[in-house]
Amino acid sequence: MTSSSSEIAARDLEAARRKNTSHGLGGGRFKPSWIPLHLLLVAGSLVMFVPFLWMLFSAMKPLDEIFAQPPKLLPKVWQPQNFVTAWQGADFARAYLNSVYIAGLVTVFTLITCSMAAYAFARIRFPGRKVIFGVFLATLMVPFQLTVIPLYVIMGQLRWIDTHLALIVPPSLFNAFGVFLLRQYVRGIPLELEEAASIDGAGRVRIFTTIILPLLRTPLVALGIFVFLGQWNSFFSPLIFLNSDRNFTIPLVVNQFKGAYSSDWTSLMAATTMAALPMLLIFIIAQRQIVQGIALSGSKT
Amino acid sequence: MALAVDVKRRRRTEALWGYAFLTPQLIGLIAFMVGPLVFAIVLSFSSWDGLGSRTFVGLQNFIGVWQNEQLRQSWLNTAWFTALQVPGLLITGFFFAFFIQKAGRLTPFYRIFFFAPQVTSTVAVGAIWLWLLNPEISPISALLKSLGVPNPPDWLQDPGTAIPAIVLVSIWQGLGYMIVMFVAGLQNISPTLMEAADIDGASEWQKLRKITVPLLSPTILFLSITSIIGSFQVFDYIYFFFDTTAPANAHTIVYDIVNIAFREFKFGFAAAIAVYLFLVLLALTGLQFLAQKRWVHYTE
Repeated sequence: MTSSSSEIAARDLEAARRKNTSHGLGGGRFKPSWIPLHLLLVAGSLVMFVPFLWMLFSAMKPLDEIFAQPPKLLPKVWQPQNFVTAWQGADFARAYLNSVYIAGLVTVFTLITCSMAAYAFARIRFPGRKVIFGVFLATLMVPFQLTVIPLYVIMGQLRWIDTHLALIVPPSLFNAFGVFLLRQYVRGIPLELEEAASIDGAGRVRIFTTIILPLLRTPLVALGIFVFLGQWNSFFSPLIFLNSDRNFTIPLVVNQFKGAYSSDWTSLMAATTMAALPMLLIFIIAQRQIVQGIALSGSKT
Repeated sequence: MALAVDVKRRRRTEALWGYAFLTPQLIGLIAFMVGPLVFAIVLSFSSWDGLGSRTFVGLQNFIGVWQNEQLRQSWLNTAWFTALQVPGLLITGFFFAFFIQKAGRLTPFYRIFFFAPQVTSTVAVGAIWLWLLNPEISPISALLKSLGVPNPPDWLQDPGTAIPAIVLVSIWQGLGYMIVMFVAGLQNISPTLMEAADIDGASEWQKLRKITVPLLSPTILFLSITSIIGSFQVFDYIYFFFDTTAPANAHTIVYDIVNIAFREFKFGFAAAIAVYLFLVLLALTGLQFLAQKRWVHYTE
């Protein structure tokens, strides 16, 4: 919230370089004080990671092994067929598709509408600008549970209940946080760039698409990651707005699976693994981008 | 004269462009935020099941919220959840951030583990912990037994442990975000300050108390405000763990709002609870802004 540049990448690198010369691993001399530090961090990492391992290995156990006392992490008999059972137990292929395209569309539309509004608030003079922006900021305090009941009624009027429109349109057309975040960045773009383009005869649309948008790359990527992750993992809205199986997103399918296969623990873990794995893999590959995106989204408010 | 007209016209075109760029979000603001907000407040003074006619009932819903025993319990549960979760998150988050940023080149490596639950959905996290906390198959209970605890609780069903167990799950999931935000704050602290303190012979503890925490206080304030807001709205875990049959001691306010609105279809009553929730969040945030003068330190 206080950082002005928010270039966490640069800072990460710089910090790493600094550490290496004094007390990091690799570069500097070995120091005994590293041992407790790394012991602590390895222990912490294990606490964070073992539940995932438990999920993965439980998904490969035969059902009777899960009641073994004391419980073992690794299966005695490997039974990857649980994944087949899970895959057949619910329409995972469709749920993946639903989740991907809902999250994808919301992300794209949010980036477009938010950057447009951000540009208007930061650079164009129009009556009521300050007041409207104030209203945007004030809505950040409103809990979703307060507006969800009327929203449900509105969606009913529009006949959007149990359609993906109910999940795509409202978050695409309204994201006060995104508007605020991007506005901060538009304000940081030198005005001279626009003036020069304006003298060359470029209109508002040209300036927005050829000057502003390319310079907003970093915050747009950050906001995009933030929005996509939020939508992909969202449970509350789909739970309220969707009814039929064929419309379900991944979290709803896992929830449904838990209800239907409540005693079939190993299949539930296989289903959970299938739900969690894609995002975990993407995260491991694009770790830095994702962490920076989340940090940047947080640090500007 | 002609010039003045020209300026006026240019201003009007400018304003039109402003509204044009704003249009999509402005439609959203009115249709999906301001409109519903006004409607929700009207609803909170009404009795309505969503289909029949809506009747004005004055303050009846607002009084009813206080007379409802389950809701009184749910407020307490939610407050208890927040009281455990927010300090838990802030303290463990700061603790690990402090050490993780000392790990130099290995910082990103450790970060993968701490941040992984953050990219996982609450439902998947819930499923994993449903297993880890189920008394029949829980490896945690087995571990406790082997350490000499004779009867580990049925974590999610025992009234005393339900909320703390859910707090544990939520800290496990939310820790990564705290660490990332704290590390960003810590890396903003100028190393020259620490070097100056070293020259003056300050101990690690003194540096922490007198330099790190004060300089990090804006981050702490931000994280504490957003965590309290998030924590008061806890729902996903509870619904996933218990579906519609949560024991009285595990109900939270949002869990009740959802059940009352979308199972019992008492829209007016549910809206009144949500209005209370909004007021509580406003009050808690306002209090923190008032209190910040006493402890938050801004450098700029």
